[in-house]
Amino acid sequence: MEDTLKNIKLFLFSIIGSIFIFSSITANAVEIEYWQYTYKARVEAIDKLIANFEKANPDITVKHTSFPYADYRKKVSIAISSGDGPDLVQLYYGWLNDYRDGGLIQPLPKDTFPHDEIESNFFKMVSSMKVDGDYWGLPTAVRSLALFYNNDLFSEAGLSGPPETLDQMVEYAKKLTKTDSAGNYIQVGFAVDTDGQDHHFWREVLIRHFGGQPYSNDGQKVTYNTDAGAEALKYLTDFEKTHKTGSNGFMNRGQDAFAAGKAGMVLDGSFRISKFNKTDGLNFSISELPGHNGTRYNFSSFWANALSTKAKGEKKEAAAKFLKYLTSEEAMQVWLDTVGELPAKPSVALVDANKGHPQYGPFIRGLDYATATTFISEKPQRQSVIDSYDMVVLQGMSPEDALAKVAKKEQELLDDFFGN
Amino acid sequence: MIKSFWENLTINQKLAITAWFFLAVPIIFYVTIRFYPTFEAFYVSFMKWNLLGTQKYIGFKNFSRIFGDEDFWIVFWNTIKYAIIGVPISLLISFTVAYYLNEIRFGHQTIRALYFIPFLTTAVAMAWVWRWFYQPMPIGYFNIILSWFGIEQQPFLRSVEQGLYSIMAPAVWAGLGFQIVIFIAGLRAIPKSHFEAAEIDGAGRFQILREIILPALKPTTVFLVIISTIGFLRIFDQVYNMSADSAGGPLNSTKPLVLMIYEYAFDMYKLGRASALTVILFLLLLFVSLLQLWLARDQYEKK
Repeated sequence: MEDTLKNIKLFLFSIIGSIFIFSSITANAVEIEYWQYTYKARVEAIDKLIANFEKANPDITVKHTSFPYADYRKKVSIAISSGDGPDLVQLYYGWLNDYRDGGLIQPLPKDTFPHDEIESNFFKMVSSMKVDGDYWGLPTAVRSLALFYNNDLFSEAGLSGPPETLDQMVEYAKKLTKTDSAGNYIQVGFAVDTDGQDHHFWREVLIRHFGGQPYSNDGQKVTYNTDAGAEALKYLTDFEKTHKTGSNGFMNRGQDAFAAGKAGMVLDGSFRISKFNKTDGLNFSISELPGHNGTRYNFSSFWANALSTKAKGEKKEAAAKFLKYLTSEEAMQVWLDTVGELPAKPSVALVDANKGHPQYGPFIRGLDYATATTFISEKPQRQSVIDSYDMVVLQGMSPEDALAKVAKKEQELLDDFFGN
Repeated sequence: MIKSFWENLTINQKLAITAWFFLAVPIIFYVTIRFYPTFEAFYVSFMKWNLLGTQKYIGFKNFSRIFGDEDFWIVFWNTIKYAIIGVPISLLISFTVAYYLNEIRFGHQTIRALYFIPFLTTAVAMAWVWRWFYQPMPIGYFNIILSWFGIEQQPFLRSVEQGLYSIMAPAVWAGLGFQIVIFIAGLRAIPKSHFEAAEIDGAGRFQILREIILPALKPTTVFLVIISTIGFLRIFDQVYNMSADSAGGPLNSTKPLVLMIYEYAFDMYKLGRASALTVILFLLLLFVSLLQLWLARDQYEKK
């Protein structure tokens, strides 16, 4: 009887003891928070990566939180500035200056992320995360633009293969356009959509083709108010105005018109592939953006991961370690396979299986000659492209006058931001 | 101590204290959630603030930049246009409907319900349905109908001239139900004896309308004018959901003040400028309301 009691006591002691020891171990574990916006594939990918990371680093746990995109920016700014929120946060590269300015993020530690390593391992547009001699974030994946074209409509119009040059694109668009007897569009050749990706196309592709550049190298001056800018705007607006191969907002958005099989061509990012793949009866291919005078340009953008100002001490170390993993080649392949966004390192992107992929391939090849615009705030800057387009098409203004008008306003925005 | 204090009070004092106790809840709510932020907006309108950093006093700079901004004046006039065109049209339609609806018995309830339903529908859903109605040919109903009659296609939302009116239409339509119901209530409240007396005196339909109904409906009309003017001056949902990319375009031609405030506050994080705009909107609403009350003043003096 006594023995049993002793045994029970011993048993209880050992349980309590092991709980004690166990809890002291977990107390040593660091918990960090990771935030991104809610998008099913992105959430799945991060969950997968966290599981891998935690297995390799049992002393670190990562808490993953996601919010609807509409609230994302507000929640992040308010949470971090009140000392709450994530240690590691995803941000759109175009928000970098806003976030830096607001004191939400801190530079990446140079010992974990040496600059020469970043510069030799990542695609060159990642350099837009370098400000004042520091890198402020790194992406897992990047995006670029490509031309989606409808195979059925192409063969119906007697076209084989995508347009290779800008001039050819106009010619093809004309052949692909159908109108009824009253002249209303039934099918558009090229679905112009200034609310979609076309403002990027104008800024980083067309202007460069015509010999200009959209902003000064430091991003502080508007430099599109030139002949090159005007020629680029004319090229874009002529689809609607002169060639009559479609109207901006036909069937609401370019992607809708294309998904409905009512547009021959549309420009979009790799993130649209899955939508079009799921659209019944849509038989499409993807090609690189058409070139001009033997060169090609592309626009790229990305979501970067950055250390928030909340991360300090061991949390900062743990967050940096997780960031190191998120930007590893292994993570990039997981991201491509799960989300469909392109790896941010050529060593992963440019392997034959990815580069030659029928759907991702054109985007990946485009990364080689892509530029990321240094936005201070993407929405109002996009608005200047939308407005100049409308001035030309709806109000009959000349491209030169339209650009002069929006350039002045955008320059004020830049001056305001840079305190000039 | 408290108990003896309570017992020494008269019934009326007790009732008053109890009433104030219950009133305190909404008062505290309104003061902290509504009035305090309103006054805060006045304060912030003199600051430069990006929601994150510290607030910096810049005097009247927000206001001077607003008044020097060409876009502000476009937006300001858009807002006025929504009200001065939208209010008379909606009141005229709703009065006409209410007037005739009041005369019929058959199907009265059903028709009134039909008019009221748009008022209950969320503005967002409605705006999107109308947005699709306005599309060009293969999908837009309005343009399809126009084409039946061989009428040229209209750009509607894609036009600097037509955009504002195209967005105003569903806003007018959505408000009708409420206005009709209020007008019918007003019409019902007119004593039957007035009509009987008029008929005995041999007054015609138009005379009855002009001499009896319209004067009797004046308080109702004043109420509706004020409420719907404020409603139109604060228009947002329709524009946000019907203009491409929620930008109040094309070229700001449909953008109202509230949308501009929203953009400054939550797209550009210029809280100072946004607050200054809310102050302007507040003054505009105050001015319009006082003006309308003043125009209808004899109404109140008589009572």
